[in-house]
Parts: sequence; C-alpha cells; structure tokens
Amino acid sequence: MTPFTRDQMAHRAADDIPEGWCVNLGIGIPTLVANHVPNTREVIFQSENGVIGMGPAPAKGTENVWNINAGKQLITLVKGASFVGHADSFAMIRGGHIDLCVLGGFEVAENGDLANWATGENDTAPAVGGAMDLAAGAKRLWVIMDHTTKDGRPKLLEKCVYPLTGLKCVTRVYTNLATIDVVDGKGFVVRDMAPGLTFDELQAKTAAKLHQAH
Amino acid sequence: MINKIVQTMAEALAGIKDGSTVLIGGFGSVGQPDALIEALIETGVKDLTIALNNAGSGRVGVAKLMDNGCVRKIICSFPRSSDPVVFETLYREGKLELEITPQGTLAERIRAAAAGIPAFFTATGAGTLLARGKESRVIDGREYILETALKADVALVEAWQADRWGNLVYRGSGANFNPTMAAAAELTVAQVQHIVELGDLHPHMVGTPGVYVNRVIQVDRGEPWTKPEEA
Repeated sequence: MTPFTRDQMAHRAADDIPEGWCVNLGIGIPTLVANHVPNTREVIFQSENGVIGMGPAPAKGTENVWNINAGKQLITLVKGASFVGHADSFAMIRGGHIDLCVLGGFEVAENGDLANWATGENDTAPAVGGAMDLAAGAKRLWVIMDHTTKDGRPKLLEKCVYPLTGLKCVTRVYTNLATIDVVDGKGFVVRDMAPGLTFDELQAKTAAKLHQAH
Repeated sequence: MINKIVQTMAEALAGIKDGSTVLIGGFGSVGQPDALIEALIETGVKDLTIALNNAGSGRVGVAKLMDNGCVRKIICSFPRSSDPVVFETLYREGKLELEITPQGTLAERIRAAAAGIPAFFTATGAGTLLARGKESRVIDGREYILETALKADVALVEAWQADRWGNLVYRGSGANFNPTMAAAAELTVAQVQHIVELGDLHPHMVGTPGVYVNRVIQVDRGEPWTKPEEA
C-alpha cells in the first residue's frame, strides 16, 4: 500500500473544485491545492487579509512585496482580482460568501466537528487566526490532513479530544489514505482509498465507524 | 484651512496617556505603522492595551514595544507568529495579559466600534473555548455568541498616500486592518509614504476618508519586509 503524498492529497481536492467557486485555502497542504487547479478552470482564491483573486507565487525577480497572503507569503494577482480591508474580507467569510474553505486539521469527528487550533486547555498561547471564522462561515469545509498522527493515533474520531474550532462544519476529509465524506446523521463515508489499502485496514486506523459509499 | 499634517513624531503622538487602548494596523509587515510604533516606545508610555492581529516578531516593532514594558495586555488572533520570542517570554512570566479573538471577530469588534454598535451576535466561536463567559443565543435554529465592540483611544495606521484633510489611499494588500481601525479610535494617527495636494487623490481611491483621521505624518518607510509565518 502506498499512501498519497502531500501533492496527491492536494490534487485530489483540487479535482473536486468546480469552476466558479470562491475558495479560501488554509496554510500548509491546503495552500498546495491552488497549484493543482488547471488554468482552464476559473476558480477564485480568497485570502483573509483582503485579497480576492490570488494567483500563484511570483517568479523570481517579479515579486511585489505589497501583495501577500494569509501565511505572509508573496503572491501574484490574477486578472479580475480585488483588494478589501479585513472587516470586508471577514464579512465575506462570515456572511457565507465563500463556497469552500480547505483547512488542515488535528482531529475531525464523525459529526463534522473540527479541532485544529489548540492542542489542549493548557496550551501556553493558543493561536486561532481566522480558522473559527472560516469554520463558522464558509459554505463547505474540507480538511486535508494525515489519517493518523506521527505516532499512529487516529485523527478521525467519534468525538474530538482537542478544543474545537467549529461544530459540525467539516463536510469532507482528504487524508493520505482515503477521501471521506462527513454525512449528516450517518458519519464517515469512504469515497476512495489509497491503492492497495483494504477497507478493514482503513477502519483499523480510524477511531469511528466507517461506512462504504454505495 | 484644514491641515492634519504634522512634522514631528512628538506632535503625531502628543496626548497618548498611560493605560490607553491602542489599535495597531498591518498584517505581517504590510501596512504596519512601524515608525509610529518606534516613536511610541520613545514616549515611555505604560500599561497600554494593544489590539492587532499578531504579537510581534523578533525584537523590533510591536515586540520591542512589549519588550520595553509599554504593554499590559494584548488582544490578537495569532500570537504565534514567526519568532514570537518577546511575547512568549512575557506571557510565560505572567507579565502580559492575552485575549485571543478570532481574526474576523477582531475585525468586526473594531468595525462595530466604528459604527456605533456596542455588541453583536456571531456564529464564530460558538460552542468553543472562546465562547466561555459570553452570552449565547439561538437565532433561527443556530447558536450565536455575543461579542462586544472594541473601542480604542488611539489607532496607529499606515497608508501609501495622504492629503492635508487626512484622506488615505492604501497600496496592495496594505489596507488590511487599517481602514477599520482608523475609524474606531478617538485619536487616529496615520503614517504615510507620500503627501499629495488636496484634490490629487481620486475620490474612488480613498480607502479612509479624512474625517476619521486626526494626524498625518510622512515617513519614507520604503518597501515592507516580508517573512512568511502562520496566520
């Protein structure tokens, strides 16, 4: 069995984004999703610091240091791009105008709860950024993360252990082992799996009941 | 004649008292009023409550403001920016109070203050640790929490251009928190790279009308430095 790479996970998510959606990508693997949406498909990438119509990273020598994304990385703008301030940018997010947000995750529960901002109540200095706004406001929330922690503990659970970012907000999870829908009233439904992986093997790495898609 | 342009930092920051609440614009280094922050440190002001997105980086700017003992409390969304050494030390030693606010709630609390709205309900943070101690209400079947406006004594902002009325034009992603903060304080001071003649700013380009701005000081800041960090 070969787990999906970071780029393969991003590519699978990108494949599922239709033309016309306005999408906010979180830091880490989610940022890679933009690289896998073909130029022929118009998808608008929004960055919460007030950039609508973000393009790929600039080529060396063409950087404009006034244009950065939420991760403070230099960006380009696509034709049709616009700038707004933070209040308007988050009104866009909180008001339900973002079709999709893709975030990383520490844990996802079978009811769609997401934990991705703090690792415990005694965390010295938790940092939430825009994650709770996106979790509460985006029309859909997909999570890209490894299926288990580095030491093999499942990250898909019946109930999150870490403090929640948002309640019942995750609709799909792309892991290095599978793509799993979070279905209201049912839980985790497996859409596809890494080549060579069996359903039972995937279930053994998941701390909640998995359902086969029919 | 209205003329909000001042020539010295002493004039720009005159009257800022110990214990003030200060909004500081910028996201990363873009749109950050770093010359005003440096000058604020020089005034020796104490016990400030500052509100901004991050908690400073390295030992410059906002980090230096905290390092110099000017800050009692910080309200921000993401204190773990790159190299947050000063914040982490002061926070661990109990010398700095932290109020974590989701980024959009931070922006909206400031916008509410600017618009005369004392509090508002939002779904952001409902059911999480950040809802503790806050009133919650179910509206149309969904849970919301009550967040209060964040009014300030002072806002320090950065813009690309200004005229003598205090009209401000931002550049690139440099607007970020600046226009919202500029409108939410009793005293708003803008650091700008260029002063232009009244009438030279196209009305459609003005990001902050001068009505919100009290003082403008020209500073050759140059290009923002950029250092990727999590947000």
